[in-house]
Amino acid sequence: MDNLSPNLQTVVRWIKPNSRVLDLGCGSGTLLSILTEQKNIQGLGLEIDPDNILQCVSKGLSVVEHDLNTGLSRFDDASFDTVIMTQTLQAIERPDLILDEMLRLGKDCIVTFPNFGHWQPRSYLLFKGRMPVSDYLPYSWYDSPNIHFFTVNDFETLLTDKGYRILNKRMVAQKKGIQTQLCQFWPNLFAETAVYHLAKF
Amino acid sequence: MTDQGRHFTLKNDAGVQLANGGLLEHYELAVCTYGALNENADNAILICHALTGNQFVSGTDPSTGKPGWWSQYVGPGKAIDTNRFFVVGVNNLGGCSGSTGPSSINPATGSAYLNDFPSLRVRDWVATQHWLMTQLNIKKWYAVVGGSLGGMQAMRWCVDFPEAVERCVVIASATSLTAQNIAFNELARSAISKDPRFADGKYASQNTLPEDGLSLARMIGHVTYLSGTGMNAKFGRSLQRGSFELGNSDAVQFEVESYLQYQGAKFATRFDANSYILFTRVLDYFDLGRDFGGDVSKAFTQCDARFLVIGFSTDWRFSAQRSEEITDALIRATRHVSYACIDSEHGHDAFLIANTRYEALLRSFIEGEPKHG
Repeated sequence: MDNLSPNLQTVVRWIKPNSRVLDLGCGSGTLLSILTEQKNIQGLGLEIDPDNILQCVSKGLSVVEHDLNTGLSRFDDASFDTVIMTQTLQAIERPDLILDEMLRLGKDCIVTFPNFGHWQPRSYLLFKGRMPVSDYLPYSWYDSPNIHFFTVNDFETLLTDKGYRILNKRMVAQKKGIQTQLCQFWPNLFAETAVYHLAKF
Repeated sequence: MTDQGRHFTLKNDAGVQLANGGLLEHYELAVCTYGALNENADNAILICHALTGNQFVSGTDPSTGKPGWWSQYVGPGKAIDTNRFFVVGVNNLGGCSGSTGPSSINPATGSAYLNDFPSLRVRDWVATQHWLMTQLNIKKWYAVVGGSLGGMQAMRWCVDFPEAVERCVVIASATSLTAQNIAFNELARSAISKDPRFADGKYASQNTLPEDGLSLARMIGHVTYLSGTGMNAKFGRSLQRGSFELGNSDAVQFEVESYLQYQGAKFATRFDANSYILFTRVLDYFDLGRDFGGDVSKAFTQCDARFLVIGFSTDWRFSAQRSEEITDALIRATRHVSYACIDSEHGHDAFLIANTRYEALLRSFIEGEPKHG
């Protein structure tokens, strides 16, 4: 758990023991493995990358090859306790629709995303006049899988429009120290990653 | 290094109660095992064969002199490693590779069953394989694995004997055939039964063989096991003989024609027509959801096994969509399931052919230790 990023540590804390968890875009299964070991969840991952799928299978995890952009209509209402999506919302064609789906499949959902309102991408764009490229968002504008750039404020506006309830949220700065404190007061400017625990109404 | 396996026949004189209500009083199963059963008897893997497979999963198939039908994936060092696992191949009841089938002698009449062999269902095969398991002193299969019709047996195992299967691998299969799939089987059966030498199934007693019908049945089947892309890549419009040169009147034969004729003729001499008809009907009758009001997920609810479901991108006889339906039913039943769709141009036959991704997944699933949760 120690080498887990702070935003994933938050996700692990919020997951109820013995629950049934769906991880959308589960990657190589890092989070599912930890949740299985520490929270005894019954987990299922959806993933599209063949190498990631193989790694999940090698770890003894349940993983299903699925393109999130084709929707989640194949799954039943309320078939999971919690549906997770980490750092993937910005790469989905319709983030608003997938949020609806996550709260249809799960009693609650946890979403993490990179906050594009962070001061670094803001100043990159302001001073360089080019779309931000950083260690954190390492892609050029033309090959980036990240097709939606949005801020913490944008996201909360969407939640208000949808009428979704925030059960919990946490703003995470990559570096510890002053930035961690700052991002509690000005999340839209200082949070690099936002973690939200949501429910319907 | 290949493992040629140990080939033997086991006789059951207690018989088997069949799904059709009948009792088959005596039967024999022809078995080939590879590798060794360990002390705890917990390393045994059952490989269920498809329509025309047999017990010779690995090594050399003595009936053809060629490698066993799944030797690409089963053998020393292979995805299913016979250095580590005890692999059991069995010719299904009603077959023609050593197990009791239509050409065997019916002890009640003293002559061959021919077309009087009782109709079978997948669950009858699983019942006889379960008897085989007890004969081999195996309490629980480490894994039950099958492609196509073999995948149906693997699923049936998990439903009928949930406590006896730890892992289940279902490859290019379906929980029931589509109308189109049944139609292809009916084409094959018609090809056989319309051959005058079929003689209503009594060909053996008349010393004839419906080779033309069986060959045509195989040709129809074979086309459905390949993909259009794959056939174009392999044959294109290449000519076996003749030419389209102006002024040239030599008869033209495309390579694909010659290939199909060859495959059909070869099959007609090695497979029994009554077994072929019997087995295609087993395929048609299979419907895992039938006992559960048509809800396959209810069938799976009682399964303990962890599942790996695999489909292939260009398979249209058992499309990847059918594998996704299996996967979705397992998810609905809250079972452990992984699914992958393998890119391959080999259509349904892809489940037999070397493929790096397929091999790695199979190996990882078989060798991986489950995470408990």
